[in-house]
Amino acid sequence: MADTNYDVIIIGSGPGGYVTAIRSAQLGFKTAIVEREHMGGICLNWGCIPTKALLRSAEIYHFMQNAKDYGLSAEKISFDASAVVKRSRGVSGQLNGGIGFLMKKNKVDILWGEGKVTKAGEVTVSKTSKKAMEPQHPAPKGTKGEGIYKAKHIIVATGARPRAIPGIEPDGKDIWTYFEAMVPPAMPKSLIVMGSGAIGIEFASFYRTMGVDVTVIEMMANIMPVEDPEISVMAKKMMEKQGIKFLLEAKVSSVKKGSGGVTATVETKDGKKQDLKAEKLISAVGVVGNIENLGLEDLGVKTDRGCVVIDGFGRTNVPGIYAIGDVAGPPMLAHKAEHEGVICVEKIAGKDVHAMDKSMIPGCTYCNPQVASVGLTEPKAKEAGYDIKVGRFPFMGNGKAIALGEPEGLIKTIFDAKTGQLLGAHMVGAEVTELIQGYVVAMNLETTEEDLMHTVFPHPTLSEMMKESVLDAYGRVLNM
Amino acid sequence: MPINITMPALSPTMEEGNLAKWLVKEGDKVSAGDVIAEIETDKATMEVEAVDEGTVGKIVVPEGTAGVKVNALIAVLLEDGEDAGAIDTSGGGGASAAAPSADKVPAVPNSAPAIEVGAKAVSDPVPAPKTSGGERIFSSPLARRLAQLNGLDLKALSGSGPHGRIVKRDIEAALAAGTGKAAPAAAEAPKAAAAPAAGQSADQVLKLFEEGSYELVQHDGMRKTIAKRLTESKQTIPHFYVTVDCELDALLALRAQLNDSASKDKDDKPAYKLSVNDMIIKALALSLRDVPDANVSWTDSDMVMHKHADVGVAVSIPGGLITPIIRRAEEKSLSVISNEMKDLGKRAKERKLKPEEYQGGTTAVSNMGMMGVKNFSAVVNPPHATILAIGAGEQRAVVKDGELAVATVMSVTLSTDHRCVDGALGASVLGAFRGYIENPMSMLV
Repeated sequence: MADTNYDVIIIGSGPGGYVTAIRSAQLGFKTAIVEREHMGGICLNWGCIPTKALLRSAEIYHFMQNAKDYGLSAEKISFDASAVVKRSRGVSGQLNGGIGFLMKKNKVDILWGEGKVTKAGEVTVSKTSKKAMEPQHPAPKGTKGEGIYKAKHIIVATGARPRAIPGIEPDGKDIWTYFEAMVPPAMPKSLIVMGSGAIGIEFASFYRTMGVDVTVIEMMANIMPVEDPEISVMAKKMMEKQGIKFLLEAKVSSVKKGSGGVTATVETKDGKKQDLKAEKLISAVGVVGNIENLGLEDLGVKTDRGCVVIDGFGRTNVPGIYAIGDVAGPPMLAHKAEHEGVICVEKIAGKDVHAMDKSMIPGCTYCNPQVASVGLTEPKAKEAGYDIKVGRFPFMGNGKAIALGEPEGLIKTIFDAKTGQLLGAHMVGAEVTELIQGYVVAMNLETTEEDLMHTVFPHPTLSEMMKESVLDAYGRVLNM
Repeated sequence: MPINITMPALSPTMEEGNLAKWLVKEGDKVSAGDVIAEIETDKATMEVEAVDEGTVGKIVVPEGTAGVKVNALIAVLLEDGEDAGAIDTSGGGGASAAAPSADKVPAVPNSAPAIEVGAKAVSDPVPAPKTSGGERIFSSPLARRLAQLNGLDLKALSGSGPHGRIVKRDIEAALAAGTGKAAPAAAEAPKAAAAPAAGQSADQVLKLFEEGSYELVQHDGMRKTIAKRLTESKQTIPHFYVTVDCELDALLALRAQLNDSASKDKDDKPAYKLSVNDMIIKALALSLRDVPDANVSWTDSDMVMHKHADVGVAVSIPGGLITPIIRRAEEKSLSVISNEMKDLGKRAKERKLKPEEYQGGTTAVSNMGMMGVKNFSAVVNPPHATILAIGAGEQRAVVKDGELAVATVMSVTLSTDHRCVDGALGASVLGAFRGYIENPMSMLV
């Protein structure tokens, strides 16, 4: 009889779940993780990671097309869509296997199947009812299967899935979600992207670079609506130069499917309607938490707008049941899920932990140009009543950016004029997703403008712009 | 001009309250006198009325917000023809203090020098602080800046960051608690040392129990007040206790007689129905009238000699207790006390008492007799100097004139503030009290 008693069982092996499992094991808890489809969850299999692989192919393709700008020549440039997709699946597969290895290394048992909290302290694992998304990586070896498992602490980390708009439900053929968009059998000629959040805009960027005619439709006044408006406007201009078309303050009211693709009726703010034809449409209008079929309702676990309600330490209203990551509410980001999970399990272990400060969670979008940010936007800082100082530094003033051939972009910083606290940082341009963490560390250590000015930044790097932006906020900019 | 609605002070001592419920929503029209919100104060739920008429433009403090400071902006009323665009919640007195956001930087007091951080701070950086022994105090740059702006001394603070580093939240906690002031720190240090030890922290308590074996219920205003006032009482008031037994048979007989003779209205409802407790209230009030030196309150400079006996009566209600007061009880007839008590008790249970109905008083009664308690001692509730704890009336074997007899006996214990009521005085009060209980006719004349 196999041992079915654990200290901690985590349902879902996405980035939140598997990191929580490792930390739990490190803390000495006997830990198991339930997964029904793919180790690493959406992030690793159908999200963050495989899209980065696709975008890398697009980026290199873009460089090749512009080789002559760098004194190089490249002829008969072309691509093989299936090979691009194959590389992306390969990257995902490698990491997927890696999670299995990490679980084994940390002596975390994998319970393969669908988990349901049948009562406090008990998880029933049954055969997966969900149809797996193809192509699927093989299931890990040496897993435990269906059965009843006990654990004092049950952490729900079941993530989220694409939101569907009634009447425009994805069919996997003409109307895609990120699942289908990630494995196109061939490049469509034209594409409508509904929603300009991180997912929509990354696919818009990828497909446009691969030569597809792309139109993005966004309900709000700016693309990437959570970003600072100045950054959104700049990113939009740069993408328009690449040929992406945008319809803002517009919404798709209906979609008709025909032989040649789809016809979307788009209604703009002024009430005008127009029909847009395209071969495919990607629905990227956000995600909703996977709170169903987990037994949560029967146990009286509180939920709100499709997400489980938790306190600062992942605790639900029912003792012994916790939730972390997308299923526990926004921002729905892998790194937020990971950190939330670590806090949750460390609190269970009685460690002296502080609840996560959501104002210090960075966000990155890997479109071309990249967008990265942390903290308050300028309007939000004003709304919160701060008297602010704003610094800006353009890529045009940075030696490394010019040398890279990336002269477009901006780094913007927002300080509390009273205290010098860094309230927010917002970036658009080449490689900014790798830069933002400098400001995130600064914010977490509670540095003020003074410390940032006293910090030596290496030359020549793009990071020098981070210091210049701070200097600019205080009227001391050097290279502009 | 939009009209600012601020957190009202519902009693002279109220510093903050909880915004329990909004009865209007944005866009609603209100007239002067309309009830717009419910505020939970330290002991009661009160209604807030609109003073002006207009349209609710913006609700600044959402319902369920705890600890809203008096005079903080809670909502904005628009006059005819104004639209929501006219609202500027950032300005105006008290508005910044009203923002419920916990991580907002506290407003720097007006007396602090205006600081242009850019120019000043860079030329005059905040040095990393050291202890008197020259050891470095680990603190974040932002914490140092905030300490300097607010005149706090980092040496007086302890840090909650990694390895005890002082971070922003520690400064905010010190500002909220009013501790860690730089200049007067030396003078205040001994006082701080003498301050009563704080109880165990939440983490210390929770660590002792298995995770998941409990549920946490946040304290409401009443619970906090009970904890604060009773801790204050036991820490500052030297209590002593005097117990006597009173025979109840005569009182019970008189009560039955009085209740039987109550006039009845057309619905056959008696004009009054006295309880034993009503008679105890009256007896205690008369005892204090007879022993006026015990009808007092303590202040550091004076003895407050009360001219009337205002008797607080502890009423147990869901989630706590409250002591509505029968004013001038020594002057009131039993039927008046009884009917007043019925009304106060009913409204206490609904948490609808007005502050003036439960604040003050010169003594109190706490009766657990109906729960079969034989005897207990209560905690003096300042500004009272005494509180009488009543046990159950029960048949006991007593010795009368050398013979064993059966009598209905009740034990009562008077808790007393020894600063203003000495032992003999306390005994006199109880002596008088027993006299009224055992010869109840004397209460009627």
